[in-house]
Amino acid sequence: MAGIYFWILAALTVLASLGVVLQRNPMYSVLLLIVSFGALSGLYITLNAPFVAAIQIIIYAGAIMVLFLFVVMLLNVPTEDPPHGYHARLLGGAGPRWFGAVLALVLVGELIYALSHLRATPLPGGNGNTASIYQIGLTLFREYAFAFEVTSVLILLAMVGAVILARKES
Amino acid sequence: MPMNDFTAVVPVIIVVLSACAVMLAEAFRRKHEDMPMGLLAIIGLLGALASSVLLWNRHLVGFGVVSADNFSLFFNVTICVIGLLTVLLSMGPAERDGLPVGEYYALMLFSISGMMLMGSAKDLLVIFLALEIMSLGVYVLTAIKRSSEDSAEAGFKYFVLGAFSSAFFLYGIAFAYATTGTTKLDELGLRIAATALEPNLLLILSLVFLLVGFAFKVAAVPFHMWTPDAYQGAPTLVTGFMSTGVKAAAFAAFVRVFLSTFEPLRGEWVPVVSALAGLTMILGTVVGVAQTSVKRMLAYSSIAHGGYLLVGLVAANAAGKASILFYLVSYALTNLGAFGILSALSSPDRPHDDVRDFAGLGKDRPALAALLTVFLLSLGGFPPTVGFIAKWYIFNAAIQEHMVALAILGVLTSVVSVFFYLRIVVMMYMVDEAAPGHRPALSVPVMIGLFVAVLGVFYLGVMPGQLLSLAANSVASIF
Repeated sequence: MAGIYFWILAALTVLASLGVVLQRNPMYSVLLLIVSFGALSGLYITLNAPFVAAIQIIIYAGAIMVLFLFVVMLLNVPTEDPPHGYHARLLGGAGPRWFGAVLALVLVGELIYALSHLRATPLPGGNGNTASIYQIGLTLFREYAFAFEVTSVLILLAMVGAVILARKES
Repeated sequence: MPMNDFTAVVPVIIVVLSACAVMLAEAFRRKHEDMPMGLLAIIGLLGALASSVLLWNRHLVGFGVVSADNFSLFFNVTICVIGLLTVLLSMGPAERDGLPVGEYYALMLFSISGMMLMGSAKDLLVIFLALEIMSLGVYVLTAIKRSSEDSAEAGFKYFVLGAFSSAFFLYGIAFAYATTGTTKLDELGLRIAATALEPNLLLILSLVFLLVGFAFKVAAVPFHMWTPDAYQGAPTLVTGFMSTGVKAAAFAAFVRVFLSTFEPLRGEWVPVVSALAGLTMILGTVVGVAQTSVKRMLAYSSIAHGGYLLVGLVAANAAGKASILFYLVSYALTNLGAFGILSALSSPDRPHDDVRDFAGLGKDRPALAALLTVFLLSLGGFPPTVGFIAKWYIFNAAIQEHMVALAILGVLTSVVSVFFYLRIVVMMYMVDEAAPGHRPALSVPVMIGLFVAVLGVFYLGVMPGQLLSLAANSVASIF
């Protein structure tokens, strides 16, 4: 059963990641990246790592993606132009492409090396229950309850400050 | 038990709530409706002041991380007084300069809540959060004058460098946690004491990073680069608020972390902090002499005063510790008074910032000139004022601890600094006005604020005993 989930999520991750690179419209790239992150977080759940899955969604699909979307919106580039001019020679020419290909090969080599040397020992604490999230919740709302509440004041202040600085002068 | 938890943080909660009240009042304000935002802030600060006084000697601890011991309460009261004076001195000048008044007071109150929390937190994590609350408020306040490019530049510089220093501070906390497994100051202190004989490299790294974080906030050389620009670009009273409030809060946490938690590693940090203190005094004074902008001059003076406070920190016998607290109060009253006068004199068409702008002030506004003279003499450390007593106690403690070189350096730099304070006095009384320009009238709250400040400067200058014993009592509560 878990095998089916794995293949569906894995395929989704790979396809979405390919889409990120192949899209010409940066907005679609960003949205596809969210899909890829979501599928990855599903994979983490099948690996019994619910906390990592939640963090993946909150930090990557949440905060960092919003940042990307804002940048894309602020730059307001509808589609990626084909490279031209000085930078095209620097970034788009044959040399840099070869360099990129070599880097990709090195990465693949590293991954193969790492995976082949991986010993299938279970991680400490990874005994298949979801106690870790429960523990984190308890610690967060008991031991660090005050710090948690103070953080909310900090976020409120950051929000107010950003609005004050960003609004139009009356 | 839970009630006790909340009682310990009541002063901070009051300030946060009053910040929210000011913010909501601003949101519901109609376009040209006048609302007494300053009054709301004053009510909140008085409430926090009263609750801090009521908590005195009760030694409560809230949520295991916020301590309402006498040390924190001393700083709560100091910071509330700083806040009250800043608000009083802002009522009038802030409207005249076209600042968004509601947001101005709301940010100031938020920042004050961070400062109070910073003085009372017993956990590095909470100290960090408090530091961020305090700093975020001050960053935005620095850049709040939207029409001025200088203000925006100052805010941006302060923000970027401040974020950088926060990262150092956070690294310090992470290393401390990595070696000892706790961020709570009490436990951390115990574990450091247990391993003090063979200090571990990670722990020393943690010490260094925390020191960099604090040194940045108190503008110690060589982490002072942001200070002159940020102080000059910010609205004048915000500069006064930063140079006194941020300094007081940062020193509160500095004293708590370094003199109690990292006390066993004293041998490691005292030489470094002594060097910082010496450099800070020298640079603040020498570069200050060359300034023609009074705000920039006071910025360098603020750096130099940070150096004197660092001398108190390394000469930390009982008298030295109490003298830091006394010095912070003295500096707050004096400096806010001076900045209050600067901001009261500036008008949108004439910044009144160059030394030459002060020419003829003695004839034009004799009372204001006399007040400014008192504040400047107190900054320089002349006898009947509080500035003299404060410096006396710091240098005295240094000599008791056989740090004669630092004490002599302190006295020498004080003498040199008198040159730039007296230059303004000479300008006011002995030079005729070159370009007669209009100087705006003072509002009533500003007069009250200046009166309170000057009263404090003379009262504490003549009878320092009471405040000193309070300071000694509050320092005794954390060691």
